[in-house]
Amino acid sequence: MLGEQNWSILNVRLTQVLPLVVATATIGFATPAFAVGTTAGTTISNTATATYDDAGGNPVSVPSNKVDIKVDELLDVKVATADPGDVVVQSGATNRVLSFTITNTGNGSEAFRLTPNSAVGGDQFDPTTTSIVLDSNGNGIYDAGTDTIYNPGSNDPVLAPDAAIKVFVLSTIPTANDQDKGIVQLSAAATTGTGTPGTVFAGAGQGGGDAVVGASTGKNTDKGTYLVQSTTVVFTKSAVILDPFGGAKSVPGAIITYTLVANISGSGTLNNLSLGDPVPSGTTYQAGTITLQGSPLTDATGDDAADFASNAVTVRLGNVAGGQTRTATFKVKIN
Amino acid sequence: MRAGGKLILLLITLLMPSLAWAADKVALTSAVFVEKQTVDSDGRAHVALQTPKMVTPGDRLVFILRYQNQGIAPARQFTVTNPLPSAVSYEGTADDAALVSVDGGQNWGSLPTLRVKEDDGRWRSARPDEVTHIRWTLAQPLQAGATGKLSFRGTVR
Repeated sequence: MLGEQNWSILNVRLTQVLPLVVATATIGFATPAFAVGTTAGTTISNTATATYDDAGGNPVSVPSNKVDIKVDELLDVKVATADPGDVVVQSGATNRVLSFTITNTGNGSEAFRLTPNSAVGGDQFDPTTTSIVLDSNGNGIYDAGTDTIYNPGSNDPVLAPDAAIKVFVLSTIPTANDQDKGIVQLSAAATTGTGTPGTVFAGAGQGGGDAVVGASTGKNTDKGTYLVQSTTVVFTKSAVILDPFGGAKSVPGAIITYTLVANISGSGTLNNLSLGDPVPSGTTYQAGTITLQGSPLTDATGDDAADFASNAVTVRLGNVAGGQTRTATFKVKIN
Repeated sequence: MRAGGKLILLLITLLMPSLAWAADKVALTSAVFVEKQTVDSDGRAHVALQTPKMVTPGDRLVFILRYQNQGIAPARQFTVTNPLPSAVSYEGTADDAALVSVDGGQNWGSLPTLRVKEDDGRWRSARPDEVTHIRWTLAQPLQAGATGKLSFRGTVR
């Protein structure tokens, strides 16, 4: 690194020995948005300058003519699903949300017409899209009653160059089987026009120039997928009593061992599943008796999956996939 | 009347530099062309240079500078400098003698020799899109009557 740095300083010195002082021309331009391209309507002005010493040794500076070229509006858009994967739903559910991001990849401010389509192949059912909602508060999450419902032609989202908006597609899921998929496509089209790249809409561009269809054809589509997962959990609780005399009578001093079983079935996963059980009145929890899958857990809160607090036992099972069983036990003594 | 007098004075002031240039008789013209690719009926691609009124981001531009010494004396230390418009990203020049600057004309060199200091203090090679100026200096004086052409390429950002 040091070698390179020295080398560059050496180079700078070499160029600085050149005896010329060069006048530079002023360039006029509007602030361009470099991420997607120079803003439509910007004027690119080019002027060069020649400098030399005349016969008398006096420095002379000659500017060239100025060439002005205006930057047209490029119509480009990108639609991308904003869901990390298939959206898990249940058969018959309503107002299930697919999220999409619409990005203006053109260089002018442009309104986009949104169109959903669920009549596509590659799936087992067609969701019924009931509404499209614009993320008007910009928090990226669908807020029922807060975000604005989209009406084509009346509130087509207007996006500045490089700007993006989240859009939510709400659908009703028909009666469907476990593991069935339903696809909804969402397309966004520049309202100025779409077509083969290079198509020109004369005078329709921002800043008074033409609008030219870009590589995206001025329209883009992506899909979101609903996945039906039916997952059920069945809880069972059983008790075994051991009295002080080796029998099974419910007498004071007898120890009751409760067994809580969660039986999960179906193709999905139940998230943040937990077992909770208040200690019955007339009994006293026996410290340090919680087990999960046969392994002991502590009563303290926060150190493992179980705790004993507010006279109740809680065992957090986390995310459990269908086809699995979780068994927890604890003991109380009859007062 | 007084306003008219001021106007004349202003006009004289504006005209004076151009009168001085005219006396020196070196002309420099700038032209910008855009490369447009067309496909003919046989499916072959052709690239044509067109004079653009309008361009869109991504268009490839060719800048051509022509100079002529129209005077009777040689012009010594003849240098042509072209600051790049901000909306143009430098692509290169076929002319090895050209020097570029990536810092607004403070330092000059061929692009591979120029370094840019990152925010973290490290130096790295300058990128073509960071070029702010390009210039050529003739090794020999530009003789009376001599002409020349310089060119470089850029892309609309």
